[in-house]
Amino acid sequence: MRSIDAPNHVTGQSLYLDDLPISERTLHAAVVDSPVARGKLTSVDLKAAKGAPGVIAILTAGDIPGQNQIGGIIADEPLFAESEVHFCGQPIAIVLAETEAEARHAVKLVELDIKPEQPVIDPREARARGELIIAPRTFALGDTSSAFDTCKYIFEGRADTGGQEHLYIETQGAYAVPMENGHLRISSSTQGPTAVQRTAAKVLGIPMHLIEVDVTRLGGGFGGKEDQATPWAVMAALAAQHLKRPVKLVLHRMDDMRMTGKRHPYSSDFKIGIDEDFRIVAFEAEYYQNAGAAADLSPAVLERTLFHATNSYYIPNFKGTAYCCRTNLPPNTAFRGFGGPQGMFVIEAAIAKAAIELGVPASKIQEANLLRDNDEFPFGQISRQTNGRRTWKLAEQRYDTAQLELEVESYNGENAASKKGFARMPICFGISFTKTQMNHARALVHIYQDGSVGVSTGAVEMGQGVNTKMVAVAAETLSIHPDRIKLETTNTTRVANTSPSAASATADLNGKALEKACLALKKRLHNEFKGIEIVNEIAYRNGRKTKLKWEEIIDTAFINRVCLSETAHYSTPAINFDPREEKGHPFAYHVFGTALISVTVDCIRGTYEFDYVKLVHDFGNSFCEQIDIGQIEGGLVQGLGWMTMEEVVYDELGQLRSNALSTYKIPDIYSAPKIVEIEPLGREGSKLAIKKSKAVGEPPLMYGLGGFFAIQNAIRAFNPNYDAKFKAPMTPERVLLSLYENR
Amino acid sequence: MNELILNDRIIQTDLSPGITLLDFVRYEQHLKGTKIGCREGDCGACTVLLGSLDTNGKVRYRSVTSCISPLGNAFGKHVVTIDGLTMPQLTPVQQALVDEGGSQCGFCTPGFAVSLTGYCLSCTRANHDTAVASVDGNICRCTGYKSIERSIDKIVEQIPEINHVENLVRDGFIPEYFTDIPEKLKDLKNVKTGKHTSSTVVGGGTDLYVQIPDDLAGAKVNLVSRKAVRPGIEINGKTCRLAANTTATEMLESEEFNRIFPELNQHLKLVSSTPIRNMGTLAGNLVNASPIGDLTIFFLALNATVILSGKKKKSLPLREFYLGYKTLAKAPGDLVEAVEFRIPKKHTHFNFEKVCKRTHLDIASVNSAMLIKVDENRIKKIHLSAGGIGPTPSYLEQTSKALRNQSLTAETIKNGAEILAQEISPISDVRGSEEYKRLLLRQLYFAHFLKLFPDHFTLTDLI
Repeated sequence: MRSIDAPNHVTGQSLYLDDLPISERTLHAAVVDSPVARGKLTSVDLKAAKGAPGVIAILTAGDIPGQNQIGGIIADEPLFAESEVHFCGQPIAIVLAETEAEARHAVKLVELDIKPEQPVIDPREARARGELIIAPRTFALGDTSSAFDTCKYIFEGRADTGGQEHLYIETQGAYAVPMENGHLRISSSTQGPTAVQRTAAKVLGIPMHLIEVDVTRLGGGFGGKEDQATPWAVMAALAAQHLKRPVKLVLHRMDDMRMTGKRHPYSSDFKIGIDEDFRIVAFEAEYYQNAGAAADLSPAVLERTLFHATNSYYIPNFKGTAYCCRTNLPPNTAFRGFGGPQGMFVIEAAIAKAAIELGVPASKIQEANLLRDNDEFPFGQISRQTNGRRTWKLAEQRYDTAQLELEVESYNGENAASKKGFARMPICFGISFTKTQMNHARALVHIYQDGSVGVSTGAVEMGQGVNTKMVAVAAETLSIHPDRIKLETTNTTRVANTSPSAASATADLNGKALEKACLALKKRLHNEFKGIEIVNEIAYRNGRKTKLKWEEIIDTAFINRVCLSETAHYSTPAINFDPREEKGHPFAYHVFGTALISVTVDCIRGTYEFDYVKLVHDFGNSFCEQIDIGQIEGGLVQGLGWMTMEEVVYDELGQLRSNALSTYKIPDIYSAPKIVEIEPLGREGSKLAIKKSKAVGEPPLMYGLGGFFAIQNAIRAFNPNYDAKFKAPMTPERVLLSLYENR
Repeated sequence: MNELILNDRIIQTDLSPGITLLDFVRYEQHLKGTKIGCREGDCGACTVLLGSLDTNGKVRYRSVTSCISPLGNAFGKHVVTIDGLTMPQLTPVQQALVDEGGSQCGFCTPGFAVSLTGYCLSCTRANHDTAVASVDGNICRCTGYKSIERSIDKIVEQIPEINHVENLVRDGFIPEYFTDIPEKLKDLKNVKTGKHTSSTVVGGGTDLYVQIPDDLAGAKVNLVSRKAVRPGIEINGKTCRLAANTTATEMLESEEFNRIFPELNQHLKLVSSTPIRNMGTLAGNLVNASPIGDLTIFFLALNATVILSGKKKKSLPLREFYLGYKTLAKAPGDLVEAVEFRIPKKHTHFNFEKVCKRTHLDIASVNSAMLIKVDENRIKKIHLSAGGIGPTPSYLEQTSKALRNQSLTAETIKNGAEILAQEISPISDVRGSEEYKRLLLRQLYFAHFLKLFPDHFTLTDLI
């Protein structure tokens, strides 16, 4: 099934936050933020700004009737700074004016007095100063210290990955409209409508039922609107509550980039022990996560780093310790992969380092250690339906890896001024929120008396195609044509207490709930008509077609006072995790895959182009193939962007230097690999996946890690003196400096 | 009162010509199909088409990023937004994007659809590569572009061989009202550009609307690129003269210019993106005085002359135009009128190099150009320029001088590299460290020779 939203997208008729019709007397908000990364906020002088044309009010922490607190996991983040600032871009106040231009103008007139202090930017420094947001977490399996004694080879090193700006093309925004009896209706571009509702209630000091959050769609999220859509919606709601007028707040791009958190940069140390058969006997790593100034989702991201520290490999002796380091950057947050890619980079770096030292291709070590069924992950889960090795083998056969490697070798023999690099990248990604309690969802289905159907779930459409998947689930389960089904907005009054659309699990959780609701309705209709079965909108009795059609069935059921609405709840069975022991079975299932990547590096200029990415992916039974392929291609290119050109740069004062699209570059059409080939593994998916079609949102991003190692291999082909360093992104700058290092 | 055509309607407006076309379309005209992504011309979500009458009475459509385009530059023109392309049936462009999954979150999609429709209207011979190039200013964060490429292939197949408006209407690419646009444009009220001596001079707006958009919205703006200068590119014997408001696109489309610079397409493809090349002017690039202005570096190596018009006309070599960081050798009232350069003759070669984080639609870490005349293996003439290695766009006087009259050997080039290293003073910034910029310029300097004299040298000879 194709995207149900695309026809509206291509004609410009889809409604995003900034496109919603606004009510009379709407005010526009702009945010006053800290220009200093760390310091004491001694005064906020609003006089000049309040007198500026069009300004109606300026709200600060003192105007908050409830709690000045937006922290999700830990209550450590104020909505507006009070006496201290902790990062550049930290909100201090909002200006409300008749027009957006007036609000933005007045922001410049607010005078802040901040006594600056030396900020901490580096996570290792933060740890040295004891600035940890939570106690360190350690996952362990076997006994590394005794295992290292038995290893033939031991290698140590350091691996660093940079941040990544989400760069959803639609910036953050919200629109709050006061209704009667203190009720506020908030439209928000959020992945987490319930988070907005819960936090707004807390800040405004009112119960959750007075706040309705509605989400039509997002112009991209990628994790950046999971928790960090909340403050803007809360600010708009606060102003609407105060001023009894509708308030719209949409961030300008540079404000968005400056004020919001990004993918966490990590700096890690590793030690890997290998035997003569290239088996990884022991692996130890310490991960320093740059969490930024507040917890946000960092503790959960940190945990997922540990869950994916061994990627697709079985490592019998493992110890990984992760530090959630508080620095003076905007609080870093969820981003596709959620800490997993950062952990996987470290093990891949360790393998690459070992391979270089041993003079073998990294694939030799990778292959020797791929997981098998019944292997134990460091967190206690036993691997089942372990498809990693299968994808590896199929990639070898389908794409003739030996030939591909030969082509690279002969190209490099013939060309002095450009070199090719080849890498393989196996992935393994666990599906479920690692916090077990979040793995639930609900759906509400109305069959209207004319036979049309309205579906509400907790899923937020942000380009991942979940709307289409929900329609497909409802259509197939009810056995009616998809055109009869309308997917409603995501709204907290229709579906309450939702988990955010995140963790690749949205379609699974909401789809399963929806399937249950549709099955219940179908069963009710079958009972009402004594043993009929509806197939493609026609009733069958004892396997024989009748004249009874869907519309007539519904009409009759309605007249007979049958309930045509159903809500259903789903929670993932059999998952658990005990953080005291750091053991359990946190994932419903894993998604696997193997990518082959080739790059050509221009050794004069240090630039590069990806020749191809050929991969085998563990889809399960994809029921919206085009959407799933789109997720793979999009995730892959986003991952390659993170590994190559996307460089988040803060200076020593904590100011974001890569603060606009002119200084922060994401892939354009010429940056995508020339060829992307995707082969499905062709094995049935887990029964915990919706219609056995495995989750596909995050895993493909990690294929992009292979891009780093492919470039590194090309550099090595040019410069034998290159001292391999594992520092991503591999920008053209790093490439050129590496090509000419020690020469 | 000024007039323009917005999709199928003639609009009269007395709004400030300094507001952006984007704000006009979205907030004044309430056409919400055109999206706001970055407000600096870097994402293309706000792409619209601007159609203007050419000398043959035909309308020529070009894509522009409406976020950094002053409304005034659209007066007297036909503005086409996604809303104006939408009919009861999807167009082949829209249908292909739907069929191939070229739209995910959809926020960038109207921009892609508009750019591609612009391509259908303006391409001379449709093919994959030029069609892809038409979306070089459109960024998508969701798809990874492969599905967009597949959509493009489908579109290219369907573009009628003779792609004039009537055929495109017939094939459903554009609505029928397009056929009446030439007549309507002729009838639009002739807008006076006026002389605002005290107002801000704005050309294409591609840099000023990134730097000071709020200031320009209400300000009086002197929209100099509206003044039609024909021909924009003129050959007078041994000299080529470019009018100040010549765009990079006009250079790309000029037969004469392509004759002078056979590799022009490769060079200018590295300069911003299609919509920005459609808007930004040569003079804008020069007076912006960015140390990494691509066209500035290009013309420095041509040893070009700047002609200024002010109280009295004067001209000076471009290399003397830059006194210091963003400081120009011109009086405040002086306007660049034209740029002239001597057309390179036989045995003369030209090359332009640019490296940035992203090859396309990015600002250079370092760029460089070289004009060289070699006769009997001797360097008779050489002009070398570079950006990103000092406070101004630099003409590399000493290196050029040292190479002049030397024999063209690897030794000469390597010696030149030593002088080059002395001559520059790059600083570390977001576009690269000092160490990198030094190395990169050396490499680009080598690249000039490797590209122009592939039979003489290999990379290994030079490093």
